[in-house]
Amino acid sequence: MTLSLSTPDFLIERNRDRCINCQVCVRQCANEAHIWDEEEQRVKSDDALCVDCQRCVTLCPTHALTIRKYPLEFRENANWSANAIKAIYKQAESGGILLTGMGNDQPYPIFWDHLLLNASQVTNPSIDPLREPMELKTFLGRKPEKLMVQDGKLVEEMPPQLELEVPIMFSAMSYGSISLNAIKSLAAAAEKTGIMYNTGEGGLHKDLYKYGKNTIVQVASGRFGVHPQYLEAGAAIEIKIGQGAKPGIGGHLPGEKVGLEVSQTRMIPEGTDAISPAPHHDIYSIEDLRQLIYSLKEATQYRKPVGVKIAAVHNIAAIASGIARAGADIIAIDGFRGGTGAAPLRTRDNVGLPIELALAAVDSRLREEGIRNQVSLVIGGSIRNSADIVKAIALGADAVYIGTAALISLGCHLCQKCNTGKCNWGIATQNPLLVKRLNPEIGAERAANLISAWEHEIKELLGGMGINAIESLRGNRLMLRGIGLSDRELSILGVMSAGE
Amino acid sequence: MSVLNAKGVYYRELNRQIRAQFASGVEEVRVQNVNGQRYIGDGISGSQRLILEGTPGNDLAAYMDGLELIVEGNAQDAMANTMNKGRIIVHGHAGDTVGYAMRGGEIYIRDSVGYRVGIHMKEYLDRVPAIVIGGTGGEFFGEYMAGGVLMLLGLGLADAAPIVGSYCGTGMHGGVMYIRGEVEEYKLGKEVKSVSLTAEDEEKIQHYVSEYVRYFGGDAAQILARPFNKLIPANKRPYGDLYCAW
Repeated sequence: MTLSLSTPDFLIERNRDRCINCQVCVRQCANEAHIWDEEEQRVKSDDALCVDCQRCVTLCPTHALTIRKYPLEFRENANWSANAIKAIYKQAESGGILLTGMGNDQPYPIFWDHLLLNASQVTNPSIDPLREPMELKTFLGRKPEKLMVQDGKLVEEMPPQLELEVPIMFSAMSYGSISLNAIKSLAAAAEKTGIMYNTGEGGLHKDLYKYGKNTIVQVASGRFGVHPQYLEAGAAIEIKIGQGAKPGIGGHLPGEKVGLEVSQTRMIPEGTDAISPAPHHDIYSIEDLRQLIYSLKEATQYRKPVGVKIAAVHNIAAIASGIARAGADIIAIDGFRGGTGAAPLRTRDNVGLPIELALAAVDSRLREEGIRNQVSLVIGGSIRNSADIVKAIALGADAVYIGTAALISLGCHLCQKCNTGKCNWGIATQNPLLVKRLNPEIGAERAANLISAWEHEIKELLGGMGINAIESLRGNRLMLRGIGLSDRELSILGVMSAGE
Repeated sequence: MSVLNAKGVYYRELNRQIRAQFASGVEEVRVQNVNGQRYIGDGISGSQRLILEGTPGNDLAAYMDGLELIVEGNAQDAMANTMNKGRIIVHGHAGDTVGYAMRGGEIYIRDSVGYRVGIHMKEYLDRVPAIVIGGTGGEFFGEYMAGGVLMLLGLGLADAAPIVGSYCGTGMHGGVMYIRGEVEEYKLGKEVKSVSLTAEDEEKIQHYVSEYVRYFGGDAAQILARPFNKLIPANKRPYGDLYCAW
């Protein structure tokens, strides 16, 4: 055992005047950063174990705790940041791939913050959503080239559609990566607000079948828990090719997280690693993807839309065009800020594209090719608020996926330690003592509140633009102006500069 | 029993007809002149019997949940993709990725198979899927295998002829392979090891061989006379030590 060169990331400050040694922090910290010293009869802390999840700070009854960045500073070096040095220490000690959770946290440009929305002044009236009807209803799925009506009825059958009250869905998070209570919260919130949640690739727990009409079931490379009843259980099926946090690589759910119920849901033995290979080994081409899409359509007799989720990567527009032509009804694109339960750090922080550019490129390409109607576009990674959603829809999205934002509504504090399974907020863990900290009824209410709040805000923003239906905003890039962007970026985004 | 003629019928219509037959209570459906139609038997549950004369197309029996499916001809790629339950008997060859992520049921193939057969096969409780192949297997046989039984008989092979391709069992972390004859060390994935047979293995091998002989004929004793090589994962968690927490 060599000496570890790792130093703490955070400093736990305990105000001794306030601390009453009640040990709430000791009981709350799954990382065991707080310790009860029996001999001295007082609480102590080990900074090295703290992940800054803020659980103890939030629950301390006397507000005695503060977590700070650890003040240790390496000698100033513009090239070798503290993180660059610490990463090498960790890898020199373990020989391992650096593993982390949540989305890319690096300071890349955030294009949402360089886009400004329009509003009506004088020449057309704005609309007050509190008094006038405002339509956010969204249908996802293939739309016919043209509608033929005879005797007041459609001549051709409409392809299957997903109906959303608000153009927002909870993105795929598997049972295994997050707790059953977290999924129950999202499923119930989806039912309450008329939207969808997504099972991720972990199968469907028996308690969740009742939320079927608000469920998108996922089929990924590991095919965990995929069987005919599962495919029939949801309102739509999504083939997962990739996710923004880790484009091009698969996933390993470690055996420690595969307890009895996860094992039953995934249909694998308890305690075994659930390995999702990087590719689907039956998909090496667009033609192969078409085969998987149609095998799912055949298996569910064409009653459900089949979507394909991909990570935003450099050639995204051509790939999306291929997916549309392969027969997908919905394409979900996940930007490089999308979250994850576990991803290699270097992949998370260096691979993929900002979703704003990917979305604009894909929407433009599908329009140029005249196939935009064949497929709905759903984007995620990452949507932080309702203004991001309005901008996304103006750029061409039909709806958005929210994952990280949904978890934050349940109490996530973005400590990025989802991979450890020690989530003190009961979200990214399978430890029953931690899971029960998240009450699914309260969780459902909080997540539903978020959706309702954003619904109101979207209506306000639409009303301000003089638009009373979300459909009129879709792909309406005239409602956007760019600020602080290069000509090239403006041209990819397809928006004019602010002031033009 | 009812008989359908697949000649010139597009797969969507053919599959609709097959489903309609089963829905009407028919216990056995025979389809003649099958010629490349895809997705036959996809997602169908039940214990009926489906007999296909000819060559069915890709994704035969995907997500299938219980049928007995007999192919009087060759099968193409991706047969039994994510199959849950049932039995498939192929009187001929089968293509690539047979039994991808298959979780239950049994497949007997008279002749040989292509690449990546049995990839990510699983098992769960009493569901232990099996694929028994009379001939040879291609590369990446049993890749990522997480459960179940894969068996290669190599019938009629010349002495030095290869029974399986390279990268056999790469990433394997569950299940077992029985390969009749020797597999060169260099062909094995680094996650696989060869171990000697137990009495329980002998019993399993006997069972699968007798089933094979029941479907396709042959002499079980003669097949069993040649020793089998048993391959299992070297480690149930091949990637357990791959990571360190950031």
